[in-house]
Amino acid sequence: MKLAATAGGGLFLGFSWTSSVASALEVVSDTALAAGKIDFNSYLALSPDGLITIFSPNPELGQNIKTSFPMIVAEELDADWTKVKVIQAPLDTNKFERQVTGGSGAVPHSWERLRKAGATARQMLIEAAAKRWKVPASSLSTENSMVIHKASGRKLSYGELVTEAAKMPVPAEVKLKEPKDFKLIGKAVRNVDNHEMVTGKPLYGIDFYRDGMLFAMIQRPTAFGMKLKSVDAAAAKAMPGIVDVVTFKNNVAVVGKSTWQVNKARKALKIAYEKEGALESSADHDRLFKELLDSKEATVRRKDGDVDTAFKNAAKVVKGEYQCPFLSHAPMEPMNFFAHVRPDGVELVGPTQTPERARGEVAKLLNISPEKVTVELTRLGGGFGRRLAADYVLEAAELSSIIKAPVKVIWTREDDMTGGTYRPAVRYRFEAALDAKGNMIGYKLRGVGINSGNPTREDNFPSGAVDNLLIDSVEHQSPITTGPWRAPITNFLAFAEQAFLDEVAEAAGKDPVQFRLALLEKAKKAPVGEIKYDIDRMKGVIELAAEKSGWGKKKGVAQGFSVYFSHRSYVAQVGEVELKNGAPVVKKIYAAADCGQVINLSGANQQVKGGVVDGLGHAMYSNLTFKDGAPEQNNFSTYRLIRMKEVPEIDVHFVNNGIDPTGLGEPALPPTGGAVANAIYKATGKRLRNQPFMQQAEFKSA
Amino acid sequence: MAIYKLQINGRSYEADVEADTPLLWVLRDNLGLVGTKYGCGIAQCGACTVHVNGNAIRSCVYPVSAVGESKITTIEGLSEKGDHPVQLAWDEVDVPQCGYCQAGQIMTATALLQKNPNPNTEEIENAMNGNICRCGTYHRIREAVALAATKLK
Ligand code: FES
Ligand code: FES
Repeated sequence: MKLAATAGGGLFLGFSWTSSVASALEVVSDTALAAGKIDFNSYLALSPDGLITIFSPNPELGQNIKTSFPMIVAEELDADWTKVKVIQAPLDTNKFERQVTGGSGAVPHSWERLRKAGATARQMLIEAAAKRWKVPASSLSTENSMVIHKASGRKLSYGELVTEAAKMPVPAEVKLKEPKDFKLIGKAVRNVDNHEMVTGKPLYGIDFYRDGMLFAMIQRPTAFGMKLKSVDAAAAKAMPGIVDVVTFKNNVAVVGKSTWQVNKARKALKIAYEKEGALESSADHDRLFKELLDSKEATVRRKDGDVDTAFKNAAKVVKGEYQCPFLSHAPMEPMNFFAHVRPDGVELVGPTQTPERARGEVAKLLNISPEKVTVELTRLGGGFGRRLAADYVLEAAELSSIIKAPVKVIWTREDDMTGGTYRPAVRYRFEAALDAKGNMIGYKLRGVGINSGNPTREDNFPSGAVDNLLIDSVEHQSPITTGPWRAPITNFLAFAEQAFLDEVAEAAGKDPVQFRLALLEKAKKAPVGEIKYDIDRMKGVIELAAEKSGWGKKKGVAQGFSVYFSHRSYVAQVGEVELKNGAPVVKKIYAAADCGQVINLSGANQQVKGGVVDGLGHAMYSNLTFKDGAPEQNNFSTYRLIRMKEVPEIDVHFVNNGIDPTGLGEPALPPTGGAVANAIYKATGKRLRNQPFMQQAEFKSA
Repeated sequence: MAIYKLQINGRSYEADVEADTPLLWVLRDNLGLVGTKYGCGIAQCGACTVHVNGNAIRSCVYPVSAVGESKITTIEGLSEKGDHPVQLAWDEVDVPQCGYCQAGQIMTATALLQKNPNPNTEEIENAMNGNICRCGTYHRIREAVALAATKLK
């Protein structure tokens, strides 16, 4: 690093990389760490000075887990929240289970464990006080990091009891609080990292620095279906700051002393590629989808009753086809990872949603045992599913093993957007058979997708509510890589299904809300096959959203309804749309969510609003298309994300039904597209069946 | 390569870099000021926003050779203790989700409030529309800018 204090300035006396590295990994200050803390369990350590350290094992990408997990521990501990310090735990499969961010599953999985971790330590503190005061433990209570003996008015702080408490036997059984006694859970608690974030502390993987570390960028094939043929790196190698150019698999890595230098040198590479697979274009996919929708062969996902007879006897048949484009995850922090492969082990540092997978795959790649690999988790600048894959971790590890040096691989935005694992493109065909009274007696859904896996959710509503039902799918294998994208599959399927049900309700002459409620009623009274969603919870959010939005009661307001169950939670939404110069403007969205017990009201509000903004933005604007295997959009100039002016008012409500938490990182996203499309139909009379809405012929010019 | 003397956050720095190096990468790679973020590199997202003589600029497309005598402020230099009214408002409204875009958001908001201490909603939106937040914290950003304006009075 070329850096010097200027003689005249005098204020700046040198920059210490070491301190920056330390704070990159630890949010808590060193004094907090040095306070002689005593571990009570994997999640919790207490210090004689009263400081409470809570370890948060799951990757934090904005879902606020680093605040909500510790809240659960602190609740059962009756901790003074102002004395709680939260530390991101590294990957440790001995201490923790499921150190994964994905599937909206962290809180449901850990709820009990975290409560018990807090309650166990609390019980040990009580036992220590009981012993000291020679009173029965049952006569003691706790509050705000204090053990209290009401009868005598005596109090001892947790700090004073820590040393003795740690020696108490660990209770096998502990009593957990009644939800009505919660003091922290359900309240709005600010993000524990706010101060670090608003002051620009090095929290993210891309901020990580280590003395002697090299920087690298990788040129990957410019199109899916191409492979590396030859590389002429002479010019690049001669450029300032370049240490080496190495080739592995289909990658050409430029390694050097700074990000800008490797970025510049990379442009001087002369690389030839050759075809190794199909070079697909979006126009090919459009054609292919039509073929696959009529394919004789399909994987049957669910079959109830006899659809052929139902459709033959139908008084009316409704059909609709819906098409979903590829999307990039586009987290604001592009992919990056630090790796140092040494003879005795491997050090990995960076943003990943699945540290255990990263460790396992790196161990396999380098043919070493996973115990030799450590994974330090930085804060993630978003993930949205992209960081469930380990491709970018493997690249960093492979590169470090070749150059035998610590290296941080950074992706440019262009690399990130053209580098794959997209939300898959899918086309759906829905068909509904109605009898003379407008009852849905038959339902067919076929989903056909590009590397989509199963593009249906066959056991979701309305399955179980229709006597004759067939859901099947066909998948096309493509060189274009795909992967989970926030609320996988349902992020679009929910729109398609809820928009289609709106069409069916209209054909049946029924109000969209009443139509859905009647189907749920039918599923309850005369269920068809297995029902894998909770009818009452779904009904609950439908009714709450209808009530809060004044459904059907507002004159001159175009409203659209949508409801969806995803992962383990239920969200209903009502969109309100106005026309401005012929173009639809989304004015307001009401969201009613049932995620069970809300942990942090502030974070939960963020997840719902953020999910709605995410769902709305991508439904309206975002599109990734291909020409000859290459993505046609590579940065935010051509790939549109939603911006502040396009965001409507969002009104969030939670159902309070006392059940344990069921997760909220994804479920608010899927219903938004449907609520908006159905409102746009009310406002314009135009049924939108493809996304993004604003690129459809109807509104393109508006 | 050439030596550039830079005035950043009231201190003097030197960096030996090529003339076309964007200020963003000088800050991040050479000076260790990594609070300023990379998001797009083409002036589309605002993650890299810093102040040059009080004006919000996109440091990803601002070559170090153009800085000259100008005074630069980054997120690290907004306040000594992280208690600038805009930073306080950001905490109070609990704005960040992943937080990656927020340094840029705060720098854009601060530059706006320095020029217009009393922005209405439309003026806030006009100023902030160039900053992308992929997590969708836009409502809280808008609210925090309005709150910060009251704190600056
Ligand atoms: S990184 Fe500079 S505007 Fe996006
Ligand atoms: S908070 Fe994540 S991008 Fe804005």
